[in-house]
Order: sequence, then structure tokens, then C-alpha cells
Amino acid sequence: MQRDLARQFLYDIELARRFEQAAAEQYAQGNIAGFLHLYPGEEAVAVGTLRAADVGDYVVSTYREHVHALVRGIPAGAVMAELFGRSGGCSGGYGGSMHLFDRERRFLGGYAIVGETFPVATGVAYWLRMNEASDVALCYFGDGAVNQGTFHESLNMAALWKLPVLFICENNHYQIGTEIHRHSALAEVYQRACAYGIDSRRVDGMDVLAVYEETREALHYVRDGHGPCLLECETYRYRGHSMADAGAYRSALEVAELRARDPLLTFTQRALEAGWVTQEEADEMGARAGREVEAAVAFAEQSPPPTQLDKDVYVRPLDLYRGDA
Amino acid sequence: MKRSHNDHAGLIAPASAAAELQVWEALNLALNEAMAVDDAVFVLGEDVGVYGGSYRVTQGLYARYGEWRVRDTPISEGSFTGLGVGAALVGGRPVVEIMTVNFALLALDAIVNMAAKLRYMSGGQLRVPLVVRMPGGVAHQLAAQHSQRLEHMLMNVPGLRIVAPGTPQDSYWQLRQAIRHDDPVIVLEHELLYFDKGTFDHAAGAPPLHAAAVRRPGRDLTLIAWHRMVQVAQQAAERLAGEGIEAEVIDLRSLRPIDLPLLRESLGRTHRALVVEEDCRFAGAGAEIVAALTEAAFFDLDAPLRRVAAADVPTPYNGELERASIPDVDAVIEAARGILPA
Repeated sequence: MQRDLARQFLYDIELARRFEQAAAEQYAQGNIAGFLHLYPGEEAVAVGTLRAADVGDYVVSTYREHVHALVRGIPAGAVMAELFGRSGGCSGGYGGSMHLFDRERRFLGGYAIVGETFPVATGVAYWLRMNEASDVALCYFGDGAVNQGTFHESLNMAALWKLPVLFICENNHYQIGTEIHRHSALAEVYQRACAYGIDSRRVDGMDVLAVYEETREALHYVRDGHGPCLLECETYRYRGHSMADAGAYRSALEVAELRARDPLLTFTQRALEAGWVTQEEADEMGARAGREVEAAVAFAEQSPPPTQLDKDVYVRPLDLYRGDA
Repeated sequence: MKRSHNDHAGLIAPASAAAELQVWEALNLALNEAMAVDDAVFVLGEDVGVYGGSYRVTQGLYARYGEWRVRDTPISEGSFTGLGVGAALVGGRPVVEIMTVNFALLALDAIVNMAAKLRYMSGGQLRVPLVVRMPGGVAHQLAAQHSQRLEHMLMNVPGLRIVAPGTPQDSYWQLRQAIRHDDPVIVLEHELLYFDKGTFDHAAGAPPLHAAAVRRPGRDLTLIAWHRMVQVAQQAAERLAGEGIEAEVIDLRSLRPIDLPLLRESLGRTHRALVVEEDCRFAGAGAEIVAALTEAAFFDLDAPLRRVAAADVPTPYNGELERASIPDVDAVIEAARGILPA
């Protein structure tokens, strides 16, 4: 394990945890509206997978994607400003929490309809394969998405045409309030991939190193032209589905058990034991992440709101458009 | 127009001067030319490749461009349309064929939630240069699940453009322009028009993508129609002419946006108008047209705007009932009399 990479992971998780905490506070203060889905508990998945990806790879994520955006390199201020609905947001204030975009960083959203990431990522991968590019499309989805038709339709097409897409299941075991054994006949998501002859694997999604290593292997496999791969990351969210959900359907004991495997806790411990960081350095990292989040909130607060209602509905205004074809 | 004798190719070759062409041939020519000049253009859908397309529109393209640019898909409308959206986001110019408009109901998430919204939601960062072609309308006894007109469902979606060509000339140019366009464009085709012949002039140049056309000038009333109802309106106009009534027939050609300037211009002359639509009356496209004209041109009107529309029933299988469910020439003439001076 490279020391620098371990320190990067640690910082990423610290930043993610603190960013989401700040988002919850800003929501409570009324600075963030609408639906807000937070990520605490699941950080190892976004960090481990995206740190294994190349800059040329495309990211197609769900509505719980703040941390994916941060790890992908979108400035925390631009993400927070988007949650605030301000013009400095990464979608100009037009998308919100569930619709973060950054074309330059190949971050293609932010999809709020469960199951939409499958066809979008499959389409990106189709274009990549058609043009013999070596990039890969990373497709995120939750355990609740695997019962949508698009999961099966897209996996079938991706396998049929050997498309370079890595399907990444963030299995937090709940589709809002319904536990996986109550929504899926087969609770082992990775096993479903065999229906389409897709190579799949399952990893402890609370262990950032394991996620990173499995993703690296999976990406090599996909990049080598073998077709898609499915990686199931078993994880857990500490909070409810969204800010509107208190999570009353889960026992305090269950949450406590999973919190004992907290990725921030366990990876910090591991990094200390391995000598990748000292306690002092770890503390300083947390403080630095805290300052970055404070600066992000300050940036969002001072960012002006967008003003043009009909901006970018169309590339060309919806007039009678005289074509030049 | 001469057709290639090489069945392996099967492509339509353009004539140097004006000629006769069928609608499907014009669409085929448009696809072929668009693909020849731009490698980003690719077509996908059920049976578009080896089979050549249900209405022959993609005939010969597979042999010329290969499987990656002419992709036969599984029966997965929702996901292959969404695949088109994904490819469009990163540089592709996909042309999705949905075998019939009825199946597009399975693809509405990709069209309405994705294609129409991604540019706006991304603050203008993304473009979705996607074309979705879909044949529809009432054909010959295909029953209720294969005989729908769904333009009204898509017209209410900001972010989409919708065109409805009905002639070979318009089919060619509107598809060529739709493919070059950086916004998502829905191309509504009519199942009974594919094998209609019409004049095609390759050298005539592109009309505006969304402009309506006056098919027959007249001074007494305006008949507003699109797709096959243009033919019904024209036949009605011929008969009315026998009684000394001159009806102007306008082929709308585009349903989002609607060419209101041309409609207003016509109303300024005729002061009376009738929308002739194949879709069901309730909350159909005609309702929007009538409402928009009422708001924009009320003081030009000498009579209420009226609609001749399909009955508000699922399309029946029985042939006589099916014919009775959609407007015919008699219905148009009767409605016209209702708004003409006694």
C-alpha cells in the first residue's frame, strides 16, 4: 500500500464525512431545500472505486452522489453551492443535490430516477467501444435499482456487445425503508450478473482498500476488452434515505453494529497501525478537511442565485430555426 | 429517381433533378447521406440492421456501415433509447428507431426524464443531439395497442423538438436537419405514408426545420393539419371548391414549436379555421393550437375555432368502426360548413 494513496483515502473520507454533516446542518438552517440524500457510512465505495479509475473514465451516478463528485475532483464549493441552488454550483443552480454535473471531469450526473444510470452508462460505453477508446464508463446504482427493467435490459446489451462499463452496486441493503430480503428474491446482487454471462464480484464496501483493489482488477478486465463487469459493494448508510426519513424501520442495534465497522474509524486505525500516518497527521487531515468544508459553505453563501429562467432549455432558441443541413 | 440494382446495397440514390420518391426512400436517403458525412451518426433499434427496418427505412445501411453504426437491438425500448441518450452526451449523434410510437411509452423515461432535461439540469454543460424516430397513427386494423397518436404527450415536454413530416421532400429535409441538430428531436412518422409517392427535389434546399407549409391557398377558411390528415383536408378543400368555397390547407409539419406566425397570417386572410387531427379530441394537439390561436388572433376571427378530431375511444379493430373513429372528408366538410357564413 502506497503511503500517499492511503493518506489520500483518509483525506477523502474525512472530507466526505464532514461535507455531508455540513450539508445536513445547512438543510436544517433552510439553506438547502428539496430532497437531500446523504452518504455517511458508504464513503469507502465512492473513494475506493473512483480513486481506482482514470481521469478519462466517465462517471454516471445516482441521486446520492455528493461524495462521488468530491472524489472526482469537483471543488467542494461548487458542490455545496449547487446544493444551495446558486450560480456557482457545478450545475449552475439548475440541478440541485440530485443532479450534479461536470463535463470537464467527465462527471455525467446525478440521476434521480432509480435505474436510469444503467442505460446512460451503457450508451457512453457503446460510444467508447464504437470508437475503440480505452476509457470505461462507471455506472453506480443501489440495491433497489436491480429490480428495474433497465438493469436487466442494459446488462444484456452491455454483455452482448462487450461494452466497457463497470457496474458498481452500492448495496446499502435498503430501498428507502424496504430491506433487501423484502424486495429481492435473490439478495446477492452480484449473482444476478451470471444471467447475462457478466463477470461479477462482491466486496466489503466498508473497507476502502478492498474496494480499491477489486475495482482496479475489474477495471483492468474491462479495459482489456472483456466486456462489462459488476462489482457489488456491501455497505450501509447511517442516516435515513433522505432528510425526510428518520430511519425508524431499522433497529438501533443494527445501526450500532454497522457503525462499529465505520470506514473512517477502521481505515484511520489501519493507517495508524501501518505507519501511513501519525495520530498528529490524522488529526491535522481532519482539521484540513473541516476547513475545506467551511470554505465551501462560505463560497455557497456568497454565490449569487441564477436569474435566467429559460437558460439552456435548448441549444438554439425554440424559434422556427432555419436549418443549414 | 433510380434505385440501386445491387440488393446488397439496397440504398436509395439521389437523382440529379426533381423526381418521384416514396417517403421511406426519402428517409433512407437522409440517413445514408447523414451517415456518410458524419461518423458520429449511428442508428439503432429493433430490426434496423439485417432486416432493414420494419418500413424499409434503414434498408442497405447495415451492409454499408456495419454493425456498430447500424445496431439491431434487443426488445428493450427503455434502455436502448437511454443508450442513445448516453452516447449523445459524449459525442455521438444517435438516431433511435422505435418500431411504433406505441412502444415509445416504454421509452418515456429516457425521452422525458433524460433527453429533455439533461441540458437544463446540467446548467448548459451537456448536449443531447439525439433523434428518435417513431411511426404512428391509425393504419389498417392494427387494433388499439398499435394505432395510437401520442404527439400530445410529448408536446408538453420542454426540451424536446417534435417534427411530423408527411411528404418525401419534408421527410428528407426534416430528418437531415434533426440529425444535425444539437437538441433532442422527435420525428413522428405516419405508418400509412411510407409508401406514398411525391415529388422530390434534392437541389431545392432545406426549409426551416419547424416551419409549416401552405399546401393549397384559399381565402374562405384555413384547414390546419399534419401527417395523413393533410391529405384528408386537401380532399375536403377540393370538394368545397366545387361549391365556390376556397379553403387554405396548411401542413403544420412541426408540433413543438408550432408555426404560429404562418397560422396567424393565414387567419388574417380567412378569419376562420379548423384543426383536422387524427389524435383523440380531449387534450390533443388541436386543443393547444386552438388555444394559442385564440390568444394570439381572437380579433381576427369571424367564427369560433373548431376541431375535427378522432373519437375519444381506443382504436377499434373492426374496419368500419376504425374508419368511423378518425376524421374523414365528410366530417371536415360538415365542420367547415358549421363555421362558414350561411
